Amino acid sequence: MSGTTAFWYASRATGIVALLLLTAVLVLGLLVNRQGRLPGLPRFAVTSLHRNISLLTVAFVAVHVLTAVLDTYVSIPVSAGVIPFASSYERFWLGLGAVSFDLMLAMIITSLLRGRLNRTLWRAVHLLAYVSWPVALAHSIGSSRDLQHGWMLYLGIACALIVAGATSWRLARAARQVPRAARVATAMARHLPSYASHHPRERISR
Amino acid sequence: MTSAAVQDAPVPGAAGRAPAGLPRLLPPVRGVPEDLRAHLNRHGRPPYRGGRGLLIPSVEAAGLTGRGGAAFPVHRKLRIVAAARGGRAVVVANGAESEPASRKDALLLRVAPHLVLDGIQLAAEAIGATDAHLYLHPGTGREIMRALAERHAAGIDWLAVTVTEAPPRFLAGQESALVNRLGGGPAWPTFVPPRVTERGLGGAPTLVQNVETLAHLALIARYGPGWFRELGTAREPGTMLTTVHQPGGQTQVIEAEIGTPLRTLPTGRAEAGTQAQAVLIGGFHGTWLPAGAAATLTLDNETLQRHGATVGAGVIAALPADRCGLAEAARVTRYLAAESAGQCGPCLNGLPAIAGALAELAGPGPRRATRQNAERWAGLVTGRGACGHPDGTVRFVRSALAVFAPEIGLHERGQCSATNRRPFLPLPDGIPTTEDDWA
Amino acid sequence: MAATLRVNPIDCTGHGVCAELLPELIHLDEWGYPVIDPDPVPPALDLEARRTVAACPALALKLIRAGTTARSG
Repeated sequence: MSGTTAFWYASRATGIVALLLLTAVLVLGLLVNRQGRLPGLPRFAVTSLHRNISLLTVAFVAVHVLTAVLDTYVSIPVSAGVIPFASSYERFWLGLGAVSFDLMLAMIITSLLRGRLNRTLWRAVHLLAYVSWPVALAHSIGSSRDLQHGWMLYLGIACALIVAGATSWRLARAARQVPRAARVATAMARHLPSYASHHPRERISR
Repeated sequence: MTSAAVQDAPVPGAAGRAPAGLPRLLPPVRGVPEDLRAHLNRHGRPPYRGGRGLLIPSVEAAGLTGRGGAAFPVHRKLRIVAAARGGRAVVVANGAESEPASRKDALLLRVAPHLVLDGIQLAAEAIGATDAHLYLHPGTGREIMRALAERHAAGIDWLAVTVTEAPPRFLAGQESALVNRLGGGPAWPTFVPPRVTERGLGGAPTLVQNVETLAHLALIARYGPGWFRELGTAREPGTMLTTVHQPGGQTQVIEAEIGTPLRTLPTGRAEAGTQAQAVLIGGFHGTWLPAGAAATLTLDNETLQRHGATVGAGVIAALPADRCGLAEAARVTRYLAAESAGQCGPCLNGLPAIAGALAELAGPGPRRATRQNAERWAGLVTGRGACGHPDGTVRFVRSALAVFAPEIGLHERGQCSATNRRPFLPLPDGIPTTEDDWA
Repeated sequence: MAATLRVNPIDCTGHGVCAELLPELIHLDEWGYPVIDPDPVPPALDLEARRTVAACPALALKLIRAGTTARSG
């Protein structure tokens, strides 16, 4: 096997692993937000795993980009890793990869600087995870034909289903969550049985 | 610039007009609002000092403390804000009384608005303010706007005052909640530090003072600290406005010298036979005392603190003997719990739990464990909120449980000493349920 | 240099991670919110305290050094 083919295989392999890791990070992030737990593990494990696996994902994406650059069969500039559409080879699909990676970097950097940042800003950037993932999936499907058949196709579908399921679950929970201003009324109704009947709750609008 | 030199220096133009005795803030004729002409006749124009910080030594020598409830030394707040760098400073007159049992700020703004407005201008000069605000509950706005227009026409004010309405919430007058509201958001308290004197409205150092405090400041600026100290005690000089709820049902705002014996306060006609069983001092974050003990005390923090109370917002409510103290306490606690901003877990969960316990104690046949639960929750919420709401509520509840302990025993046996079920303490209608209720 | 742990009760949503990591100084109340020992952190626990502050998912926990104006750490 020639050196170039090894790099190309390495890039595809690290790519698929990165996608799996990214799926795990997203699900873990959701668990953190919903204060969910992993069976058998303490609470801090969920937070810890979420943060550490996100760093691992960045490492895998970096290797994925570098091996693709080093492979000489096609010419991809190293800048294409972070600058969208900078590669002439598969400009669009690789560009999506750069977009996704840029979003990941933004999330990581804002999280590292979280103490100094406005909370709303941090949250807004972090929610871009829900953009980063589908863009990464699109990049994976479009830039090599790996995910278009065989067991990798099923892997891709499984990840997509997991993310879709997790996202809808989070949206449903958020929609049902009592808005801050109404939390007190809810707590009052719980402790004072006559409260709800004397003060009928107005429709809680989001 | 020694305090001795400042103390007795007469302010030009005001010599001979210093009010002797009472009243000082309230106009000479009860209930008749003082318009600008009457105000200028009585006190003259506000005596600006001509520069930042120049008024502060007088305020320090006078020993003025805040009349909004916390009794913080005014000169210290003035110095912090005046010394802050950055070129911007904000003065806010807090007229959002928020305490349902207190009427003094509303009355002051109605009958002597120009004293308050003078105070704003003088305080603004002292801190080098670039922005002035008046924050009040709906209802008094129109007369104040008229008063401001009159002053503008007469060239009295050097800084324009923005008037903002406060939502009818108990926490609306809390310092950080007020700053949030003025900044355009809901009137929810925020975590401190940083204090608003360091970083407040728009990030600028902000001086927040109760309207009564500013009125006193306006008089000190004219007549001097020596005059101010002619009434009151050495440690707590001056007069204060109190809202007195008499057992017969009358409510009056009375300007009293600090240190006045509490039993002399209700000066209206007390109906024969309406004895008080207990007195609530300070307001809904205040303390219940048995009527007998309260009768021996004087209106000053030094005395009251020995009994676990403070003058607070100047509310003194004497509960008639024919009411159920537990029922009153339960009603108020329910109100206080409903008025939580719901931002902090312990307050959001603890206050409704405590309110539920009190409601049970106020009814027939409460369980033994309920009293202990109330105590446990009270301990759990103290000091664990972003603002003082849980702490103040706990103080009210604990003193009620102590003072009305015999009543708890009666209720456990299915009895109640009350013969009158009419509520006594005033409570507003309306429960906040949406964010609009805080805007 | 003594340091005290404080929680911003508005930011805190009761994840409970802090109580797991620093049970010597933090326990949870019956509603899941942290009750923090008000005394300064013993020097032996200083490293653990800093890790716990970093681990809070809501960044609500702070370590205030004595002598500094208490700003978010």
